Amino acid sequence: MEQEQTLKITKIKDGIVIDHIPAGKAIKVLSMLNVGENSRHTISLAMRVRSEKRGFKDVVKIENRNVAEEELSLISLIAPEATVSYIEGFNIKEKRMLKIPEVISGILKCPNQNCISNSKEPVQSVFRVINSNPLIAKCDYCEREFKGNELLGKQ
Amino acid sequence: MIKNRSIITIDDISDDDLNEILTAADEMDRSLKSKKKINILDSRVMCTLFYEPSTRTRLSFESAMHRLGGAVITMADVKTSSVAKGETLADTIRMADAYSDIIVIRHPLEGAARLASRFTSKPVINAGDGSGQHPTQTIMDLYTIKKEIGRLDGLNVVLLGDLKYGRTVHSLILALSKFNANIKLISPPSLRIPEYLINRVKNKKSLEILDTMDGNISDADVLYVTRIQKERFTDPNEYQSLIGSYSINNSVMETMKKTSIIMHPLPRVDEIAPEVDQDPRAAYFRQAANGVPVRMAIVAKVLGGI
Ligand SMILES: [Zn+2]
Repeated sequence: MEQEQTLKITKIKDGIVIDHIPAGKAIKVLSMLNVGENSRHTISLAMRVRSEKRGFKDVVKIENRNVAEEELSLISLIAPEATVSYIEGFNIKEKRMLKIPEVISGILKCPNQNCISNSKEPVQSVFRVINSNPLIAKCDYCEREFKGNELLGKQ
Repeated sequence: MIKNRSIITIDDISDDDLNEILTAADEMDRSLKSKKKINILDSRVMCTLFYEPSTRTRLSFESAMHRLGGAVITMADVKTSSVAKGETLADTIRMADAYSDIIVIRHPLEGAARLASRFTSKPVINAGDGSGQHPTQTIMDLYTIKKEIGRLDGLNVVLLGDLKYGRTVHSLILALSKFNANIKLISPPSLRIPEYLINRVKNKKSLEILDTMDGNISDADVLYVTRIQKERFTDPNEYQSLIGSYSINNSVMETMKKTSIIMHPLPRVDEIAPEVDQDPRAAYFRQAANGVPVRMAIVAKVLGGI
């Protein structure tokens, strides 16, 4: 069943497949990968595909592009159960589950305007993940705890 | 053991540390009263960096260091110093690291003291950052309660006023909840304690969130009053109309227990009428005076003098 549905999108020769994205979040994933008007990659997107695991899911396929660890940890925050497959010559070279990191460094801005990490200091933002699903993380500087939507809202 | 450690939040102080500090503060207090010379921090240097004014906190830290036989250097005025020229806090701290043995910082941004501690190997003491933590004030408040009432455990405590922005009350609530206090939080609805703070209190059943003093303060052992700032209200009439309901005068005092105490971090404005000062239960000036022995105890312990 799942196989059949996934085939709605063309197989890709080289690139990455991000599967098991929560239904409706694929566009958010693409924006995290900075895919936009000027993007040079071929992208296939399937939303609300039937999935065995949890009813519906989204799938994203990006050709001829790799994803950095940093990008993956960002995606894991909205798609904690997603998998990433690296495709080479139509074959899956590597497939792995995304994992929410224990510490999120540098990629998120602290939502607290009054936090020192938002000023011109030579430091990266640092959040410690307190709960992964639903996401709750604590800023290492102002020590406030934030929910996923607060952390990802402005990204 | 807090020797050589930074004190950024009240969580940096274990229960054992706290007990040791309270005992040491008692000893410091006795030495001060007997005018005994205490030279345990001879030739050690404290650097105070105050990015916003707080006369009381600054003077009590500096007095504490002098009383211990140490010396104090300070950034004269943030407006004329290198900070005004755009120097980062990180760079200022690197400089302070080279010139001193302990750094005391107050800063308007939350997390500033934590950041400071990452740019120096010297211990950093947070003297207040943003609406965040002010751990030495909390220890001083606990010391005052213990000294005035004789114990810290299982007290009925009422916190009154601005519980949203008031930086001193947040860490006090967390500390008191560790001592099994029954805590009533009385504030105007717009100045209630933030949700994230309630989530950090282990026993939420011990917290009561209330809008009015009426009938809620008669069993209090401690009434902790904070200042409600006019600037928190967009409409000045709103401040005028509600300030009376969160102020203490002699008729409010009549409804309180004979053994209770009134505390306030000072400076006060309209929250406590001057007539209350004569009441033996008015503990706020004694509380302010406790700042020196408590900070002496903390600084001496951090620098390994005791
Ligand atoms: Zn922060």
